[in-house]
Amino acid sequence: MPSKAAVRELTGQEYRHGFVTDIEEELAPKGLSEDIVRLISHKKGEPSWLLEWRLRAYRNWLTMKEPTWANVTYGPIDYQAIHYYAAPKAMKPLGSLEDIDPEIRAMYAKLGIPLQEQERLAGVAVDAVLDSVSVATTFKDRLAELGIIFSSFSEAVREHPELVRRWLGTVVPFNDNFFAALNSAVFSDGSFAYIPPGVRCPMELSTYFRINAQDTGQFERTLIVADEGAVVSYNEGCTAPVRDTNQLHAAVVELVALDNAEIKYSTIQNWYPGDKQGKGGIYNFVTKRGKCAGVNSRISWTQVETGSAITWKYPSCILQGDNSQGEFYSVAVTNNFQQADTGTKMIHIGRNTRSTIVAKGISAGHGQNTYRGQVKILKGAANARNYSQCDSLLLSSTCGAHTFPDIQVMEPSAQMEHEASTSKIGEDQLFYCQSRGITPEDATSMIVNGFCRKIFLNLPMEFAVEAEKLIGVSLALEGTVG
Amino acid sequence: MTPMLEIRDLHANVGGKEILRGVSLDVRKGEVHAVMGPNGSGKTTLAYVLAGRPGYEVTRGTVLFEGKDLLAMRPEDRAREGIFMAFQYPVEIPGVSNAYFLKASLNSIRKHRGLPELDAMEFIQLVQDRMKLLALDDSFMRRGLNEGFSGGEKKRNEVFQMAVLEPRLAILDETDSGLDIDALRVVANGVNSMRGPERAMVVVTHYQRLLNYIVPDRVHVLSNGRIAKSGDKELALELEKRGYGWVEGPASVASPAPR
Repeated sequence: MPSKAAVRELTGQEYRHGFVTDIEEELAPKGLSEDIVRLISHKKGEPSWLLEWRLRAYRNWLTMKEPTWANVTYGPIDYQAIHYYAAPKAMKPLGSLEDIDPEIRAMYAKLGIPLQEQERLAGVAVDAVLDSVSVATTFKDRLAELGIIFSSFSEAVREHPELVRRWLGTVVPFNDNFFAALNSAVFSDGSFAYIPPGVRCPMELSTYFRINAQDTGQFERTLIVADEGAVVSYNEGCTAPVRDTNQLHAAVVELVALDNAEIKYSTIQNWYPGDKQGKGGIYNFVTKRGKCAGVNSRISWTQVETGSAITWKYPSCILQGDNSQGEFYSVAVTNNFQQADTGTKMIHIGRNTRSTIVAKGISAGHGQNTYRGQVKILKGAANARNYSQCDSLLLSSTCGAHTFPDIQVMEPSAQMEHEASTSKIGEDQLFYCQSRGITPEDATSMIVNGFCRKIFLNLPMEFAVEAEKLIGVSLALEGTVG
Repeated sequence: MTPMLEIRDLHANVGGKEILRGVSLDVRKGEVHAVMGPNGSGKTTLAYVLAGRPGYEVTRGTVLFEGKDLLAMRPEDRAREGIFMAFQYPVEIPGVSNAYFLKASLNSIRKHRGLPELDAMEFIQLVQDRMKLLALDDSFMRRGLNEGFSGGEKKRNEVFQMAVLEPRLAILDETDSGLDIDALRVVANGVNSMRGPERAMVVVTHYQRLLNYIVPDRVHVLSNGRIAKSGDKELALELEKRGYGWVEGPASVASPAPR
């Protein structure tokens, strides 16, 4: 097909974030045991209830089996060959942002994430997580004036143990699934946000995750609680160096929205995808779930997944409060030998609950892209409504698109809509563009961005621009249009 | 005066089958030529060959556009040199707005001509009166390219694009098909407003009807891959009366266009 020529003829742009930063790191010995769990907890000076929680998770994990139902293939993971804790050695309690190791500061600058507040784009507060620890959180003071807590997870455990203890594991229990249990046992850091009642967070909250050390896993944990009537928009971005071996990333994200609260969670996932032959890359096995616990609450997930060798991820919503709303907007790109099995679950419990799913998969090279979604409408969720749309775009004849929708309706008054499409970039589309003076390369890039438009519209402006660029890079399109 | 478009003994295959079997045609600037003919006579193939559609293989003959070898150019370069084709079935590109698409197109052509590219504001100002000409409202520019458009809207969009891009040579492929009489008037009005001493048009049509609105200087009848008869606008009326069977004689009646 013609787009193949257009796609193939372009010299593939390389992964831009693949550098390694030379920082002295403190590593826990490889392997996983109760001792390692205790070590991590000790390193962080955690209270005993949290250590107990970790150990329960670990013991559960030992009895669990790695899931095999996903439409992805990979060799066995040796869980004893991974470092479960890696931290930059010079880390000491930071007096201020100026105390950050210059090497680390330079690394973030190279990634386009300046950690000095005066350099930050106004209106975005950043928590930067490097390997197992948070290195900086900006704008904390300004947020604190409004009662907003935004910090690393470890700091939240120290400063606000009652909040963490109250909500941790309430959406994703420690024994939820194999990877969530693993995370619960060994999670090292991540972000915590609490928005008090009636407060509309005045800036975007943002966490930037970076894996640097070799043979490590990253197991971060994020917990966001929007109290009654609170509103918050949160963004996360992720990158990792180029390495020949696969690295495991098993994160857990829990969101809680109380009465009339709103959480918007946006992700740009750009972990190292492996090389063109499929060597190396991150295994991105992530559990993300939000609970619309209160009436009229709303949780919206938007994700742009361009990285990782394997993605296994289903940001979901439990719609418990009456009139609550869940949304899932997703673009997943798989090129070369990348595999993605991603989608969502919408569990309708409350009355008049509504959910919207728009999932777009783009496959190129030998990429395999799977949408897996579940919509479950429980008895009593009167007048629940769901709209699902999943579209696949194929850019080569060797890639694949797969769709596994699961719809379970136990409530007769529910309304369901499901639309799906699969398309290729047509020769007629390319020729039409050419007949208007537009090159096939620019046309391909334009058509791909048009395909993703409905998702990009849900991203904060800066993120949308970044997402568009990233997709061009992932597909090796050098669009100059626009 | 050398013709703007000079087609000589053009042969072309589609899917291994010979469709054009020696077309010769001269089009001078300022002229409007109608190419008529029954289904399968090669009208659309001729249009596609001129626009450079992949899969339309030229096996013999030459085409010069303003003295340059048109057949050696990529389709996008033909467009940049000033050739515009209005499609019979314009494609849809979901999620790409009409404004975004047309601006990208216009700027690629302007860049080729050494003109500065237009920003969004300049572009909107430029297209305002053309939108009125084709009776398009403001929401039109924000909609996806031909996405969910009716047949009539798609045709109006083609002529609107032509009005914005201001080509040197416009090739209109069955622009009248599927239009009701009101839409036909709007479209024809748009085309007529584009007529001028520096611009040429080739209007491909099956029916004489369109030529009541767009009056051609020359009419050619394509039959069996060759031009079987050429004449002035009266030829179209005669065809309407007598049918295509009248000109579909043996291959030898083909004659080059008069000088």
